[in-house]
Amino acid sequence: MKTLIKEFTKGIIKENPTFVLVLGLCPTLAVSVTVANGIGMGIAATFVLLGSSVIASLIKDFIPGKIRIPCYIVIIATFVTIAEMSMKAYSPVLDRALGIYVPLIVVNCIVLGRAEAFACKNNLASSFFDGLGMGVGFTLALILISAIREFLGSGQLLGHTLIKGFEPIFVFGMPSGALLVIGLLLGFFNFLKNRKT
Amino acid sequence: MNIQEFLTIFISAVFIYNVILSRFLGLCSFIAISKETKPALAMSFAVMFVIVMSSIITWFVYRFMLLPFNLTYLRTISFILVIATFVQLVEMVIRKFSPQMYRAFGIYLPLITVNCAVLGVAVLNIDMFFLNGKQVAGSFYYSLFQGICVGLGYTLAMLLMSGIRERLELCNVPRALKDFPLAFIIGGILSLSFMGFSGFKF
Repeated sequence: MKTLIKEFTKGIIKENPTFVLVLGLCPTLAVSVTVANGIGMGIAATFVLLGSSVIASLIKDFIPGKIRIPCYIVIIATFVTIAEMSMKAYSPVLDRALGIYVPLIVVNCIVLGRAEAFACKNNLASSFFDGLGMGVGFTLALILISAIREFLGSGQLLGHTLIKGFEPIFVFGMPSGALLVIGLLLGFFNFLKNRKT
Repeated sequence: MNIQEFLTIFISAVFIYNVILSRFLGLCSFIAISKETKPALAMSFAVMFVIVMSSIITWFVYRFMLLPFNLTYLRTISFILVIATFVQLVEMVIRKFSPQMYRAFGIYLPLITVNCAVLGVAVLNIDMFFLNGKQVAGSFYYSLFQGICVGLGYTLAMLLMSGIRERLELCNVPRALKDFPLAFIIGGILSLSFMGFSGFKF
């Protein structure tokens, strides 16, 4: 049980996919304009991560090593298609906001990376918690970035105005704002790490 | 189908909606392989080639296999499989016929499979040039041309970035910002300058 909790928590801080491993940045930057988009993307990616980790760990004894990558890609693409179709059905607004970045979860390096580096070597339970932890870590990172961007770029948080009379800085709602925010955040985390050692 | 349309595609794919700097596709390779100009250029050409070929292949797959049989929901799966297989094929062909080029491309070729730019352009072509389950006139040429332009935009961004980072090697930067963080901040400033193109219209 203790190891399972460790598998779960490591994805959140110690091996956070966005800030420590620096993986899967395309969707992180593209959809983080508002917190709502960030949460939607995070949930979709967590679902795909969880499903593909579980299946990859279940079938690890059956697939030959040479063709494992194509197998993983098919598994991941299946889950992405499920996520895509349910998003279209239940939340068309979110689907339109996320656009092409939903099908692009397939090529998100985190998903393939976890299947390849963890799920194919570990049992079902630890793969499940690893996938869940990575997904939660990814979602939290998305929420952090999108909260900064939404607040600075439009003066709002989840659609509510926070400070009256706050003049929004439009650049943070633009693509360049996303790159600046993640660059400075990564620098900030590096700074904290350097100070500790 | 007219010249104006092509010009619009060119301007928007290369400058206004530059794959890397405004759509964030292929960002991983942009950050990881832009330390020197030469490998950056090799990667750009490899990506451009794969994007163009995959635009052609996925157009045919969508038009003649998915659309007639009402299987459009299989788009993601079929596209990524086709792209992965194609990249593998290219790798084998290059290794067989030109070991020199194979060595130049090295690890970049297999990496392209998971480059979001390739799948992104394929999906984008379908979204833009197939409206309500029907192809627009000349959609094949538009898709092909958009593939080429996106490749050019990718090359442009890679060249700019690697040139800047080569010079930065000689500079003294804060320790916390070294490598990744600084690369992102430079990307942000580059993207800011590309925003200036967004008023362009024909």
